[in-house]
This record gives sequence, structure tokens and C-alpha cells, in this order.
Amino acid sequence: MTSVALPQAGRRRRSLVFAVATLVVLGLAVLLVPPIVQLDERIVDLRSAGLPPSLSHPLGTDEVGRDVLLRSIYGLRVSFTVGMVASLVSITIGGLVGLVAGSVGGTVDRVLMRVLDGFNSIPHLLLGIFIVAMFSPSPVAVVVSVGVTHWTTTARIVRSEVLSLRSRPFIEAAISGGASRARVLRRHLLPHLFPHLILATVLMIPHAIWHETALSFLGLGLPPHMASLGNMISDGQRSLLTGDWWASLAPGLFIVLPTLAVALLANHLRDRLNPRRRSELSL
Amino acid sequence: MRVILRMVAWRVAFAVPLLLIVTVGMFALAKASPFDPVRQYLGDRAMVTAPEVMERIRENWGIDRPVLEQFTAWLGNFLQGDYGESRTFHRPVAEVIMDRLPWTLLATGCAIVLMLVGSLIVGTIAAWRRDSWVDRVISGGAFANESVPVFWLGLLAMWVFAVQLGWLPAGGLTDPASTTVDPLDVAHHMVLPVLVLAVSQSSWLVLFVRESVIGTLREDYVIGARARGLRERTVLVRHALRSALLPFLTLLGARMPELVTGAILVESVFSWPGVASASVQAALAVDFPLLAVTTLLGTLAVLGGNLLADIGYTIADPRVRTLGVG
Repeated sequence: MTSVALPQAGRRRRSLVFAVATLVVLGLAVLLVPPIVQLDERIVDLRSAGLPPSLSHPLGTDEVGRDVLLRSIYGLRVSFTVGMVASLVSITIGGLVGLVAGSVGGTVDRVLMRVLDGFNSIPHLLLGIFIVAMFSPSPVAVVVSVGVTHWTTTARIVRSEVLSLRSRPFIEAAISGGASRARVLRRHLLPHLFPHLILATVLMIPHAIWHETALSFLGLGLPPHMASLGNMISDGQRSLLTGDWWASLAPGLFIVLPTLAVALLANHLRDRLNPRRRSELSL
Repeated sequence: MRVILRMVAWRVAFAVPLLLIVTVGMFALAKASPFDPVRQYLGDRAMVTAPEVMERIRENWGIDRPVLEQFTAWLGNFLQGDYGESRTFHRPVAEVIMDRLPWTLLATGCAIVLMLVGSLIVGTIAAWRRDSWVDRVISGGAFANESVPVFWLGLLAMWVFAVQLGWLPAGGLTDPASTTVDPLDVAHHMVLPVLVLAVSQSSWLVLFVRESVIGTLREDYVIGARARGLRERTVLVRHALRSALLPFLTLLGARMPELVTGAILVESVFSWPGVASASVQAALAVDFPLLAVTTLLGTLAVLGGNLLADIGYTIADPRVRTLGVG
């Protein structure tokens, strides 16, 4: 049995190392590069337009001569900021809806769950497109469009968590001890919900980044002058057809890699928190 | 049969108010929008158009009347089949949709079939050769594929197959030089979009089929079938795969929103002239009449997908059929 378990454990450790290393490297790049190397969006250098990857431009230059690597790092920073704000917005909405539905119950719960089903029936990107179209492409419109479409999963998780907490002895003890609703909420429910909410936020950031880049790619996200990953992929499309793959495909790696890293980490965490699954995997 | 009818009735009872709420919501958003539809319609000409003319257009369109009156008028027309005029294409919305819907249905239909057949085969192989290098490549690839945005995958495929290898056209419906729609030419142009849509949607399916076949391979009846000396293929397909398929139907229906999203992005990447890419064009031009219809169509697709999945489940699983439980 151990002979089978060992290579698997090795693979799993390697994937964990890859995930953590990717996130650390990208995180450091996003934090450290912008203060050191300034990016002026207005500066174009047509003499160095469309250069393939080389030592001075590791990921080449785009069709107006801007360095793709530098712009991608800036783009990741923009996408990450928008993604994080959008995740916080949708987690807040989802958390509140789930909390109210779970703790009030009854008709309120049923109505809220129907509303949730309704939101889930509209394809998220379509709703996002509609919102951005009506309020012109801007970071705020993108945040709103991600926020109002992504809260449903969080609401479900929080609701079911509240429902299961409600019947636990320590909550019953608090209520029979005369604690007010607000006190039960603050002292007993929220501390239990907090880890779930933090995990949900982290897991939602890649989703939100995906949503933002998809909208920007369609020309409906961040304003075209901003160095966002979606805008860069979209701008690079023209050069792609003439064979310059880097202007469009390289920025995409800055979406694929962190998303993959977060997914691997989440997978790892899930296996760790669930030992039964872990032992099943190593069988 | 009674069960199915009751289910359809129940779903419709949910769908009608939902669609009404969606229309109200869309209309409210459009009214709150800072864009002036008349200026949008005129484009650059708005600069040189006299204010009186703009007023007249406003009057013609009824934009100067109270919002509630506008909404009921719009909804009334809508219910009678008058969807208004698309400001992007300068044609009636109904015509634009009728022109484009078949292309979307064709491409997504092919993609769904390809995705189903492909994931069933690939997922079953992975489960059958569990923990071998084949399985590791398949499940690792499917896991990684979940992190790849479909538009990036589309561009990658375009670069490899259209630009580098030159095997397939990079986009469009037909050859730019041709004046007629030749089925072979269309099929040639359809390969890349269909392939990309199918591949991007299939990773969860592959993983799901794999997990479920692995689960059923442990069941007694599969072991029994093996013990009776049946061929490996018979055991795999007739015994393991068949019962692994049931939950699959409901999940497929639940994935409809992702399919619509995928269609929007893939059609835009490959300039496929379907309704999904029309919604993007409509959004870019703030073309409310067309955008409203495409949004409703997307919602209808999701509701229809859920309903079809439930019906399929009822037909496939005799327990649900006779007992009425899901």
C-alpha cells in the first residue's frame, strides 16, 4: 500500500509547491515591480513595435512597442484589485442574504431562496454585459456587475451553515440563557461563519478576475487605456493573426497561472480538512 | 406522464413571473442608464442634428412619456411579437434574431454532442486505467483546463490551427470571397469554434464521469459481471457507465449558464454570426431592444435546460418515474 501512496504524496507535494511558488512570485511582482518600474500608458515606441520575446523584453512588445511583461504585471495588479473589491462586494451581499435567510427562516427564507434561483437563471456574463452596457465601461460598473451576479453561492453556503449552527447546543444554551438576537449573532454565529467567508472570498477572487477579463476582452470592461489583462488579450488579437502570439497569449498566462494555483491550493485544503478523502486517495 | 406534466406546469409557474421580473429589471436599468438612446441612435450625426428633430424622434419613440406608460407600451408590443428595431443592425430585432439563432443553435448543438461523447469516452478511459499515466494526463489536463478562460483557449487554438498550421480558417461563417453559403465551407469554419466550446466546457464532465465510473466499478454487480467472465468492454459500458450516467443529466441542465457564457465568448472570438455575439455587439452600441431580447433568450435557455434535464431524469430513472421523487 505504501508503495502506491508514496508517489502520489510526492506528486501532491509538488503541486502544492508549484501553487505556493506561483502565488508568491506573482504576488511579489505585483507588489514590488510597479513602485520600481513606472509605466506610462501614453508612451509608445513604434521603433520597437511587435518585437518577439528577448532578453530586454522577456515577453516581447505589443504593436505599439510597449513591453508585454511589464504591462501584464500592471494588468494583473488592476485585475486583482478589481477582482478583490468585487469579491468583497459579492461576499457581503451573499453573507447578508444567507444570514437573514438562515436565521429568520419561514417566508423570508423561501422568498430569498426564490430570488436566488431567479438570479441563477440569468447567465452571469449576460447580466454583467447588460449592466456594463447600460452604465458605460468603468471599474465601478465591472465591480457592480460581478458583485450582483456572484453572491448566490456564498448565500447558499452561509444559509446552510447558519441552519446547522442554530440547532447546536451552545446556541440553544445562549438563547435559553437570555442572550439577545444581536448577542447570539455577534458572539456565536459570526465567529463560526468568519473562516467560511474568508475562504469564500479567496476562492471567489479568480472567478471575479475571470469575469473582469472576459468583460474587458469583449470591450465591455475596463476603459481601453487601462493596462488590464482582458484589454491586453483583446488588443493583441490583431497581431495574433499575423503570427505575433506573445501580445495576446502571454497576458493570458497571468490569468491561467494564478487561477490554477488557487484551484490547487483549494484542492489541497479540501483534502487536508477531510482525512477520509485523503486516505481514499492514497489507497 | 402525469409526473412530467406536473413538473412542466410547476416550472412554467416559476418561469413566467421570473421572466416578467427580468423584463422589469432590464427596463429599470435602461431607464437609469445615463445614455441617451436618441444620441446613441444618431451617433456622430447627433452633433449636427437640430434639437427640434431630436425632440421629434423622442416623441416618435415615446421616450418623453412617463416611465410606467413606456414600460406597459413596450411590454405590450413585446407580447404581441413586436420587439422593436435594433439600433446596431438598423433592422427589426425579430429579423436579426431569426437570422442568427440558427447559427448559434447549430454551433452549440454540435459542441454539446461533441462534449458529451468526448467526455464519456475520455472519462471512462481515465477511470478504467485509474492512476496510470493516461489517467494522470487526462485528469490533470481537465483540472488545468478549468483554469483556462475560454477566450484565451480560443485564441490559442486560432494561433495554432489557423495561423501556424493554416489548416482551418480563423473566423467567420464562410470564406470572405464566396457569395453563397456553402455547407462544406460552413462546416470548415465551424470546426474551431465548436471544438473550443466543447473542450472548454468538458473538463468538469470528464472529471465527473471519471469519479462516477470509479465509484460504480467498486459496486457488487460490476464485480459480479466480471466474475461471470463478461468481456471488459461489456462490463465497463453496460454495467459501470450506464448507472454512472444518471446524475449526469441533471448536472448537464445545471451547466446551461456556463454554456451560454461560453457561446458568447467563443462566438465573439471567432466572429461567428450567432445571437450570442449579437448580444455583445448590441451591448457595445447600447442597443437596448436587441440586448433585452438576447438576455431573455439566455434566461430561457437556462430555464429550458433545467426543465429538459428534469424530464430526461424522470424518463431515465424508473424510481423517479413511479414514485415521483428526485
